[in-house]
Amino acid sequence: MCVTCGCGVGQTLIGGHALRQSKRAGGTLKFRAPQAIEPLPAVEPAEIQPSRMIKIERDILAKNNDYAAENRRMLVDHGVFALNLVSSPGSGKTTLLVKTITALNGELPLAVIEGDQQTENDAERIRAAGAPAIQINTGRGCHLEALMVGQAMHRLNLSDDSLLLIENVGNLVCPASFDLGEAHKVVILSVTEGEDKPLKYPDMFRAADLMILNKCDLLPYLEFDADLAIEYARRINPDLQVIRLSATSGVGMAEWLEWITAGCQRMSRQA
Amino acid sequence: MHEMSLAENVLRLIEDSARTQQFKRVRSVVLEIGKLSSVEPDAMRFCFDAVVADSIAQGARLDIIETCGQGWCASCQCNVPVAARYDPCPLCGAYQISITQGDAMRVKELEVE
Ligand SMILES: Nc1nc2c(ncn2[C@@H]2O[C@H](COP(=O)(O)OP(=O)(O)O)[C@@H](O)[C@H]2O)c(=O)[nH]1
Ligand SMILES: [Mg+2]
Ligand SMILES: [Zn+2]
Ligand SMILES: [Zn+2]
Ligand SMILES: [Zn+2]
Repeated sequence: MCVTCGCGVGQTLIGGHALRQSKRAGGTLKFRAPQAIEPLPAVEPAEIQPSRMIKIERDILAKNNDYAAENRRMLVDHGVFALNLVSSPGSGKTTLLVKTITALNGELPLAVIEGDQQTENDAERIRAAGAPAIQINTGRGCHLEALMVGQAMHRLNLSDDSLLLIENVGNLVCPASFDLGEAHKVVILSVTEGEDKPLKYPDMFRAADLMILNKCDLLPYLEFDADLAIEYARRINPDLQVIRLSATSGVGMAEWLEWITAGCQRMSRQA
Repeated sequence: MHEMSLAENVLRLIEDSARTQQFKRVRSVVLEIGKLSSVEPDAMRFCFDAVVADSIAQGARLDIIETCGQGWCASCQCNVPVAARYDPCPLCGAYQISITQGDAMRVKELEVE
């Protein structure tokens, strides 16, 4: 029960109905006949440690937010434009990064932090494309945290006025709540997913500043309504910028590269 | 939401506090969890017990204070109940509701010795 106004606040819904917390047995109550009670043996009172209450009143994510603020300070000091790429698994984050590195062709110093539960595969794809990359394996963890990213940043030796691309663990839920210190979250939605993903995972579309609608080369073969997907996303976040793109065909890449370059210029210490 | 890592974050706050407030053991932990925070209290309890094993808070009781969702509707000029984030106003159907309560997930206090 909610302490503020006394209403019921069940979280889990099964077919729209609240999860039942306990099964009450039907029928009448039965009583046992009273029994003779044996006196309990006397016990020495245990030594009781005095306890005291300590007020904390801190957000559960406060520590992560502290680390994120530290990362952000360092990024700003060095003029590094950092992007946190988030999406469901398979939306094309790594492919987009590889194509971005190839297209920039060394014009802009950049580095990549790769997050996955297991394997070094994505970092290897990035290195093969010619950019320094560090892989964070989160094991059972389903998102990157600011502390991990801060340590990865130190090991990458970021250049001043560079671009840092962070590929988060494929997951549209909790990466929304964990600030890494980035300038922007970029959410990638591919057209092979449902148009209503923004409504199903609103927190992520709310937290992002840019949405990339990827795999647009596949639109002729699908019944995906791109305008509807964008309308849903903007219902959640009216200020969301959108780029329609295909990492494989290259459509929309120019617009994406322009967006990145403009961000780097804003961030740059020379600006 | 991902209660395992949230429970780890709770433990970090407890350990911070143990350093500054000089205590050796935690008897109970009071959390406030809003209905709109997408934290599942039962999952939180389960993860908390697992995460605090072998820590200063081993065996500590977890008390969760749940708060319901409320928001301010600018067109109705009143407070309205909010069942889920991004829902429209139950009175007028407008989408611009600012959440005033129920999105917190906070460590409120500790009982320590
Ligand atoms: N047709 C098409 N396939 C793509 C595109 N982008 C990525 N893919 C494919 O989608 C799959 C998953 O891509 P990946 O980059 O590994 O996704 P990630 O899990 O988000 O990093 C791979 O088979 C890619 O080749 C695109 O624009 N068009
Ligand atoms: Mg990937
Ligand atoms: Zn209530
Ligand atoms: Zn997670
Ligand atoms: Zn209203």
